[in-house]
Amino acid sequence: MKIPSKQQIARIKAGLFIAALIPLARLVWLGVHDALTANPVEFVERSTGTWALAILLITLAMTPIKLLTGVAWQIQFRRMMGLFMFFYACLHFITYVWLDHWFAWVDIAKDIAKHPYVLVGFSAFILSIPLAVTSNKAMMQRLRERWKKLHQLVYVIAILGVVHFWWLVKKDIREPLIYAVILAVLLGIRIYFYYKKTRK
Amino acid sequence: MLILKKSDITPSEITPREVFENRKELEHRREFIKTAGAGLIAGAALATGLLPRQAQAAVQRQKLAAGKTAFGAGEKLTSYEDVTTYNNYYEFGTSKSDPAAESKFFKPSPWTVSIEGAVKKAKTVSIEDILKIAPLEERIYRMRCVEAWSMVIPWIGLPLAQLIKFAEPTGNAKYIEFISAADPQTMPGVRVPVLDWPYVEGLRLDEAMNPLALLAVGLYGEVLPNQNGAPMRLVVPWKYGFKGAKAIVKIRFTDTMPKTAWMKAGPSEYGFYANVNPTVDHPRWTQASERRIGGGLFSPRIKTQMFNGYTEQVGQLYAGMDLRKNF
Repeated sequence: MKIPSKQQIARIKAGLFIAALIPLARLVWLGVHDALTANPVEFVERSTGTWALAILLITLAMTPIKLLTGVAWQIQFRRMMGLFMFFYACLHFITYVWLDHWFAWVDIAKDIAKHPYVLVGFSAFILSIPLAVTSNKAMMQRLRERWKKLHQLVYVIAILGVVHFWWLVKKDIREPLIYAVILAVLLGIRIYFYYKKTRK
Repeated sequence: MLILKKSDITPSEITPREVFENRKELEHRREFIKTAGAGLIAGAALATGLLPRQAQAAVQRQKLAAGKTAFGAGEKLTSYEDVTTYNNYYEFGTSKSDPAAESKFFKPSPWTVSIEGAVKKAKTVSIEDILKIAPLEERIYRMRCVEAWSMVIPWIGLPLAQLIKFAEPTGNAKYIEFISAADPQTMPGVRVPVLDWPYVEGLRLDEAMNPLALLAVGLYGEVLPNQNGAPMRLVVPWKYGFKGAKAIVKIRFTDTMPKTAWMKAGPSEYGFYANVNPTVDHPRWTQASERRIGGGLFSPRIKTQMFNGYTEQVGQLYAGMDLRKNF
C-alpha cells in the first residue's frame, strides 16, 4: 500500500475531523426538529456515551492495524481521535450533570457513590482528563518515558467504559457485548504481539 | 452468551401476507366491535381502512366508549404519540421503538383467556365475554417505569376485582398469576431468549382485589394498540410498570407466590412486589426521582412518590411489611 503524501494526510485528517463531528451535528439537527424521541435526555446521554466509546475503540484500533499489516500512517490521527473521545465523554458528562440532574450535586454524589455503573463511568471520565491535558507535544517531551506509562491508562479507561455500558443495560446485553468483543480483540492483538516480541 | 436465531420468514414472504392479514384483522375487529355492542363505536379510521391501500398502512385505530371517572383529574396527560411509541414490551424487541414498529402482525382478535387454578371451575373466556363482565371505565393513572421515567395515561378498562369475582376463586387462592402471549411468529422478540418466555407476572389476591387494579382494553378513548398490550393488559399504578402484564392469555389462581419473569431474570434487582418506592433504590440506579415523558430536553426530574402517589388507596396492603426486604 502506498504511503499517502503529507498533503493527503492533511486532507484525510480534515475529513476525519468533520466525520467525528457528525454525531454532534445529528443531535443538534434532531433537537432542532424535536425528534430526540419521547425521552430526549436519555437519548442524548446514550448517544454521546456510545460515541465516546466507539471513537475510543477506533483510536485503539490504530496500533493493531500497524501490528497486523505494517501500515503505520494512521497513527498520525490517533491523538485527534483520542481527543474526540474526550470531547464526547465531556458532552456525556455535561448531559448527566446538567440535563439529567440539573446540578443537584448531592444527588449526583450519591448516585456516583451508590451505583457501580455510574462509578465506573465517572472513573473512566476522570482518568481521561490527564490524558487529554498531556496530549500536546510539549507535555510529551516533558514527561518522556512517564508519558507513555501515563497514556497506558487508556486501556483501563476502555475497560471501564465497556463495563459502564454493560452494567447499565437491564437485560439485553447484545449491544455492550459488541463493544466488549471488539475491545477484547484489540487488546488481544496487542498482548499477542507483546509476548511474541518479548519471547524472542 | 446469547444465541440469536434468524427469522425463518423472509421479507418477500411477509409483504403480500400483510395485505391479507390486515383484511382478516379488519373483519375480526369488526366482529369484536359488533359483539361488544353499544360500548364500542366504529371510528372513521375503520371505514377508510376498508380501502385496500389504506389497509396496508398503519394499524387501524378504533374508538372505544367508556364511562368517565374522577381518577387522575387535573393530571397533564402524556401525548398519545409518546404513549404509543415509547414502550417496554420485550416480546417485540428490547428497544423502546420496537413495539410500535414490530407489533403490526400481532393479532389481538380473536382472543380467549384461560382462567384456571384454584377456581370453582376452570374456563376459557373470549375477550368479548370479558368485556361484558363490567362496564368499561376511563381512568387516568400515573405509570412509573422501573427505569425512572413516567407517564400519565388515560386507560380504559374494567376493575380486576370484577374479573376475579367472575372467576370464582376457591379458598386456596392466595395469589393470581398472569401469563402473556409468546408467539414467535408474530412477536419477534420472543425468538431471542432475553427473558424466560412466556412473560409471567403476579399479584397477591388482596392486591389484585384493590379497586385501583385495572384490566385495560383501551387508552385515549380507543381500543388498546398492539404495542401497549392488546387486547388486554394489567395496570397496577402503584407498582413499577413491568408488573403490568400485556396480552394476557392465562390467569391462574395459586396458593404459592408466582415466580415472575423479572424475578427469574434478576432476583436481586426485581422483586415480587415491585411497589414504587423512592426510598429503596434499584441496585443499579436511583428510584428517588423520575423523568416525566414529554417534558423535553430541558425539563428537570420530578420527585418519585411512595406507591407512585397512591398510598391512600393501597398503603394498608403493606402495613407491617419490611418494604426494603419485600422490594
